[in-house]
Amino acid sequence: MDLATLLQVLDSTVRLATPLLLACLAGLFSERSGIFDIGLEGKMLAAAFFSGAIAAVTGSVWLGLLAGIAASMVLSGIHGLASITFRGNQLISGVAINFLAAGLTVVIAQAWFQQGGRTPSLIGGARFAPITQPFAETLKNVPVLGPVYYQLFSGHSILVYLAFLMVPATWWVLLRSRFGLRLRAVGEAPEAVDTAGVSVIGTRYAAVAICGVLCGVAGSYLATGLQAGFVKDMSAGRGYIALAALIFSKWRPWHALGATMLFGFLQALALRPDIIETALRVPIPVQLLDALPYILTVVILAGFVGRATPPRAGGSPYVKER
Amino acid sequence: MTFFNSFLGTAAATALCAGAAMADPALIFDLGGKFDKSFNEAAHKGAERWAEDTGNSYNEIELQSEAQREQALRRFAKAGNNPIVMTGFAFGSVLEEVAPDYPDTKFAIIDMVVDAPNVRSVVFNEHQGSYLVGILAAMASETGTVGFIGGMDIPLIRKFACGYVQGVKAADPDAEVIQNMTGSTPAAWNDPVKGGELAKAQISQGADVIYAAAGGTGVGVLQAAADENILSIGVDSNQNYMHPGEVLTSMVKRVDNAVYEAFDQGADLETGIKVMGLANDGVGYAVDRFNADLITEEMKTAVEKAKESIVSGEVIVHDYMSDGTCPVE
Repeated sequence: MDLATLLQVLDSTVRLATPLLLACLAGLFSERSGIFDIGLEGKMLAAAFFSGAIAAVTGSVWLGLLAGIAASMVLSGIHGLASITFRGNQLISGVAINFLAAGLTVVIAQAWFQQGGRTPSLIGGARFAPITQPFAETLKNVPVLGPVYYQLFSGHSILVYLAFLMVPATWWVLLRSRFGLRLRAVGEAPEAVDTAGVSVIGTRYAAVAICGVLCGVAGSYLATGLQAGFVKDMSAGRGYIALAALIFSKWRPWHALGATMLFGFLQALALRPDIIETALRVPIPVQLLDALPYILTVVILAGFVGRATPPRAGGSPYVKER
Repeated sequence: MTFFNSFLGTAAATALCAGAAMADPALIFDLGGKFDKSFNEAAHKGAERWAEDTGNSYNEIELQSEAQREQALRRFAKAGNNPIVMTGFAFGSVLEEVAPDYPDTKFAIIDMVVDAPNVRSVVFNEHQGSYLVGILAAMASETGTVGFIGGMDIPLIRKFACGYVQGVKAADPDAEVIQNMTGSTPAAWNDPVKGGELAKAQISQGADVIYAAAGGTGVGVLQAAADENILSIGVDSNQNYMHPGEVLTSMVKRVDNAVYEAFDQGADLETGIKVMGLANDGVGYAVDRFNADLITEEMKTAVEKAKESIVSGEVIVHDYMSDGTCPVE
């Protein structure tokens, strides 16, 4: 495999891993506060639709992004209401959100645009354009580093850079700030936080809201960054892969980056069966590569590679009075 | 007496109306809806053309849910509509149950074979149409490498791929065809992001014309091709307009012709399997104002010649579904 091919695969990896990374960090915030979130997929899908629809109608991708985030946050609010305020089952609420998003997006799209559950194609300012980083063109011919900078680092949409910046930001918020300490404590021992006079309910709602924002960005990236419009079910299971990545990373921000990059790389590699065949000299079924993220997650869960311990209070609603 | 006369008159008028309703054909659109820019819209166009040409009217319904399939079929059959045309393979199992209950009504189903004495099953020779766009792709390619991106990995899509490769090799025996399938589950029909990435991967391998037979995923392929300034080929309905000047052509399935013909034959609809191929303009390649500049005279001559030799039986395009293999890679 030569450098150009490798760069192409890595470039593809970055694009495919970005929605996974954003959704994974979204799940990280929610689950670290003790709220399991199966509904990442549904939130991404709703965000993809509303960002595509509003961008198509207004011609502004930024309004689209806001609409996508708003739609995702509404679903987050429903999830919070069901699982925090009404102490419902978090898994059932999450599954319900996935169904709700899958059905509603198509119905609204059909009633709104009459294009078989699609939004019109986005053109011009209604899409996130790739950003060429400074000096990318001039440095292009520098051996090795030039192409790496030009192809891998430059030429992505702004949401990609935002997603990567979210990793240190998440690390700082969760592990270095006071809010993060409380958020993690709420996920491990909510009664202790409550005794200290911090609102468990409020902290959990804040975590779920952050989750909504990040899922909204992830969904908007699918419809307005990678593609030019919404197509029904376009999230295509990425929310579930992000969940797998979350477990794979054992609920830690930097590991989440590694896990999503690995899963993104596997997806990118699955697009190039010819590379694998020349490298390994045996044809590998594409289906195996598609299934690898899940297989790896099961391996991690089974405890072969260290232990994956979820937040202790995860999945259980907090009841103040005993 | 006057009362009796007017009563008779009304009765006669009612009978006439009923007679008119009896003759009316009906069309059922699948869940995509009649303005889906693809399959159903083509059926709608065919029906409208028939109504305009003949001055007759027809009944139609757009399904809103899976549960309405049988209901709609029975409702139309009871109301005396004849023939009843439905679009899409999803009606197959429902029609199998409904058709025997209404032996005097003729049904036509598109893209599916239902074995009943009062059903016409319309199937298309997609491999022949794909062969023609394969010739165009090979001639339009400057790198000598072209791509194919399928949706879900099923025999029908392999039929598209196999016809396409045969066409490419016929025009340029040295040409290379990169083939990818999006996936092996129905999600593969609606993953434009993966479609776009597949297109970019094929472009990096040198492909400069990519044929997408992948439903909603194809939207992503056409988009990525337009973004990277290479040519793409649409499928099913004419998709040339989606990126003017950047979609080489579209492999069209003339669903409109199938509907028109069924309506035209009315209650005397010929039943059995009806194959729509190149000979009866069932499949073809689309040329319109959006791609007229992309198709050169030389390409036009070559593709028309190929079309003639397929129709005359001189060239036989191998159908993947006949034996599950493809003679070329």
